[in-house]
Amino acid sequence: MAQPLHGLLTRALAAGGYVNYNWNWGIFWEQTPEATGTYFSTLMSGLGVTIMLALCAWTIAFVIGSFIGIIRTLPSKWPVRLGNAYIEMFRNIPLLVQLFIWFFVVPELLPQELGAWVKQLRNGPFYTAMIGLGLYMSSRVATQVSAGINSLPKGQRMAGTAIGLTTVQTYRYILLPLAYRVIFPPLTSEFLNTIKNTAVALTIGVLELTARARSMQEFSFQVFEAFTAATVIYLALSAVVTIGMRYAEQRLVIPGFNGGKA
Amino acid sequence: MPMITIDNVSKWYNPTFQVLKNCTTSVDKGEVVVVCGPSGSGKSTLIKTVNALEPVQEGTITVDGLSVTTMKKDLPKLRSRVGMVFQHFELFPHLRIVENLCLGQTKVLGRSEDSARAKAMKMLERVGLTAHAEKYPGQLSGGQQQRVAIARALVMDPICMLFDEPTSALDPEMINEVLDVMVELAKEGMTMMVVTHEMGFAKKVANRVIFMDAGEIVEDAQKDDFFGSPRSERAQQFLSKILAH
Ligand SMILES: Nc1ncnc2c1ncn2[C@@H]1O[C@H](COP(=O)(O)OP(=O)(O)OP(=O)(O)O)[C@@H](O)[C@H]1O
Ligand SMILES: [Mg+2]
Repeated sequence: MAQPLHGLLTRALAAGGYVNYNWNWGIFWEQTPEATGTYFSTLMSGLGVTIMLALCAWTIAFVIGSFIGIIRTLPSKWPVRLGNAYIEMFRNIPLLVQLFIWFFVVPELLPQELGAWVKQLRNGPFYTAMIGLGLYMSSRVATQVSAGINSLPKGQRMAGTAIGLTTVQTYRYILLPLAYRVIFPPLTSEFLNTIKNTAVALTIGVLELTARARSMQEFSFQVFEAFTAATVIYLALSAVVTIGMRYAEQRLVIPGFNGGKA
Repeated sequence: MPMITIDNVSKWYNPTFQVLKNCTTSVDKGEVVVVCGPSGSGKSTLIKTVNALEPVQEGTITVDGLSVTTMKKDLPKLRSRVGMVFQHFELFPHLRIVENLCLGQTKVLGRSEDSARAKAMKMLERVGLTAHAEKYPGQLSGGQQQRVAIARALVMDPICMLFDEPTSALDPEMINEVLDVMVELAKEGMTMMVVTHEMGFAKKVANRVIFMDAGEIVEDAQKDDFFGSPRSERAQQFLSKILAH
């Protein structure tokens, strides 16, 4: 690292109470006091949990979000109202509050035995975070899915109906394939949001990447190294996802439709 | 024998706006009926009620003896037998031309992939677009897309065809290639209800002309009577305006 920058940071850290901060970039290869491996390997296991959590939450968000998004575009009134209420609820309560509700409140509301069983589930915090984050993100996916379907020309639905397709078939073969192509870019950014939001899970004890960086800082006092590593890993993860999605997006292009040359 | 009967049909878009007012007419088997009238007079709405794309509040509509207005469960099957062609083609942009022609055949009629494809290719040949089978709709001209749309309706072996201004979104030089296909269809005896302002087409193949204004069927006459001496003043005005073009 460049010397002036180091000096600057050392001074800043000193101002924050870290007098005589000792730089040690080799810390990653040292064993943790818990003897669970090197700091690097604990960060990697945190990354694994982050990825797992993001994928599971995203699956929930995508499936439920698609369902809610679709029912909001049906011709009848009640599904639309139900979908709107769902979205308002999950979108407008802060994610952290939702997570606390799922973790601390919901088990208390369950029948006693079931609640007790939930509380001592081995991966309880992980499952809770997966559901909490998944439902929170599902409201955002739903908004995108509805918007995508509504952006299609009205005649597409009519043409499907006119050749005799049922409503389900019209969605399955016409509206959804088109809508998902239209909303692919915003869905990509919602997936990136999901990855970023996994960090909130540390508040209920999930040992994901940020939690691992924090515990590294607590054990080793190398706060700057720990969070630099976390930052770099998050950025790399986002970069990989972005590049992958770009590639997938190009494969979805149709000549004469979504940006495809005729 | 009437293929389509429209009996005393009224429709409201909201309690204060009546878009169809007691419309009554019928289309016999093999007959070609042209529907014309000023913009907003309810032509599209009327033609869409025939395959229940638009529901109606009053009156009854039958197709081939079956009541469209009371039917529920079998509507998709009935719709598959009523071909419909839209102003803006409405081909499915993510499906290749041949796939556009196969979707209804396989999913609604339950035909095998192979027989659907064979039928699709035959129909593409008929509209002169075999070479474009593997392209996407966005790669075709407007006239070609509309011919594909007609073929997409024909592969379902329709008992009648509905056209809603099939040429009005086309550049002038492409209108005839579409009209030619329609003329041929009419000559083969297809029952057709056509919303159009192409009076040349009407004169050539129509049996009857219906003139609508403000949601009413103002005039429903044999072609020669309509063009010779329209009874209503509104139709006269409309005709003189449109024929002046
Ligand atoms: N979904 C709708 N809700 C409310 N009003 C509608 C709706 N669709 C059409 N209308 C109105 O109903 C009237 C008839 O519409 P329609 O499309 O049937 O007319 P048209 O004769 O086909 O006109 P054009 O020649 O412009 O196609 C118009 O005044 C139109 O604004
Ligand atoms: Mg119209």
